[in-house]
Amino acid sequence: MKDLDLVLRLQEHANQLRARIIETSSRASLPHLGSCLSCVDLLVALYFFKLKIDPKNPQDPLRDRFILSKGHAAPALFQVLARRGFFPMSDLDLCGKNGSVFGEHPPTPGYLPGIEAATGSLGHGMPMGLGMAIASRINQLNYSVYTILGDGECNEGSIWECAMLAAAQKINNFCILVDFNKWQATDRSKNVMHLDSLAEKWSAFGWEVFEIDGHDYFQIINALSKSSQKSGKPVAIIAHTIKGKGVSFMEDDNNWHYRIPNSNEVALSKKELGVSS
Amino acid sequence: MRNAFADELSRLAELDSRVMLLSGDIGNKLFDSFKKVDATRFLNCGIAESNMLSVAAGLALNGLRPVVYTITPFTTTRCFEQIRVDVCYHEAPVIIVGTGSGLSYAELGPTHHSLEDLAIMRTLPGMQIIAPCDAIEMRLALSAALQSQYPTYIRIGKKGEPVIHKTVPHFKVGRAITIQAGSDVLIMVSGTIMTNVLNAVEALETHGISCQIASVHTIKPFDYDYLGQNIAKFKAVVTIEEHSMSGGLGGVVAEFLSSYSHHPRHLRLGTRDEFMHEMGDQAFAHIKYDLDSAGIARKIKSFLEQ
Repeated sequence: MKDLDLVLRLQEHANQLRARIIETSSRASLPHLGSCLSCVDLLVALYFFKLKIDPKNPQDPLRDRFILSKGHAAPALFQVLARRGFFPMSDLDLCGKNGSVFGEHPPTPGYLPGIEAATGSLGHGMPMGLGMAIASRINQLNYSVYTILGDGECNEGSIWECAMLAAAQKINNFCILVDFNKWQATDRSKNVMHLDSLAEKWSAFGWEVFEIDGHDYFQIINALSKSSQKSGKPVAIIAHTIKGKGVSFMEDDNNWHYRIPNSNEVALSKKELGVSS
Repeated sequence: MRNAFADELSRLAELDSRVMLLSGDIGNKLFDSFKKVDATRFLNCGIAESNMLSVAAGLALNGLRPVVYTITPFTTTRCFEQIRVDVCYHEAPVIIVGTGSGLSYAELGPTHHSLEDLAIMRTLPGMQIIAPCDAIEMRLALSAALQSQYPTYIRIGKKGEPVIHKTVPHFKVGRAITIQAGSDVLIMVSGTIMTNVLNAVEALETHGISCQIASVHTIKPFDYDYLGQNIAKFKAVVTIEEHSMSGGLGGVVAEFLSSYSHHPRHLRLGTRDEFMHEMGDQAFAHIKYDLDSAGIARKIKSFLEQ
């Protein structure tokens, strides 16, 4: 029952956030909507359930670190950070505006509370996260590092370099979540690179692997809870997701990698999400 | 120089618990002394330099002072984007050390040459670039880099390079050191090619040419004051580096001089715009590019006679 209450709360956050992301994309002409919507549930579970963070003390040395390695989903991260209280929601009125920090990718840490790394070039965020995880061991500070990757991002060689080093170093406070939405910019991800079977790949690279439905909060919470049980290995959560999740006419339609919704589509989306205003 | 590097880094690691060493699977035995100080602060990142640079940035953003070490092309050109984005864009105080720079590993072929690293690193905002002329400058550079909060690239040679400085000089990042005063020509030198320059200058002085020699160990931030203060005193400025004539020390000086309406003539000595396809050791390569003592003396003499 306690879990059900939690899941309902998380789903409500997700619905509100999806509506805000879609509205903001329309208003500010921010692309990568499909990529944002596929990882919203993972972000919500991290920020409203898992991460040991205090928005009032974003530089706490003991905070958990989160890096959005698939930096093009920044419009989703900005909304989540604001809803979690790192900065006022009204700041997001500046999204896409010249001179603001709310562009298409996260800025560097000093420019926005809650950001640990400026990503956008794929294959960078995860290895930076590994550095942060190793730093906790050297500095003897007890925190964990989480990062969300795209399946397209797993094309990058640096991801697999990082995977091998993390396993060799037996890093046990490092968890990656692959937002496996089966698409990259121009094609099905499996048509571009031989990704199958992604879970076995991570396992073969020496990681503890959980394969879940990335929109099922029971499964996400369960996997994140298990990720803290130190197995002596880094943890990979392969989250099967749907690009454009939450809006029927966006789901699994890769045109929404770049398309910007018009006002009618925003209204329809909000109706489907059950968000009124 | 690389033995001195390992020794100095071990000493600094003993003094500063933030110092870490990341190696791209090289330096077998070289870092035993570092590991003795603290094995947990040594990380062999394997033959995976892109990841190594990103990991270093993550460490630096969390309070540590990582020093990344491998052969120069692999710690510069191979992972340039990681240096640009993860290190420089994040202003992460990572120290990147390239060993066997320039033509030090000439016989290994162009895959192991680094004749463009100064040029590309110069383009990165916030990056300090140091090319010490000997082991003494290298030790001073390493200490200075650790005391600063900026990303730093240090370009070192291999082993056995002669020590140039007879005493420990006053060293400051961005300040050239006058090795010898003179009056006809100002010779600005970066890196270990200094040995050949000193021999060349001896020969030039037998022809009555008085040379001032400066060790321009820091390419960025460049010592514009030194050049500005000396510009009117000399008939010619010569830049010498074991690097392409484009974009390195010669490039910095040429850019600077171009803003003056009256300035001394400038001779750039370095490698040409080509890869070295034939086999040859460092001495062979120096002769090929007129960077041996005789070649340097000949080029300067002929330039002054034009």
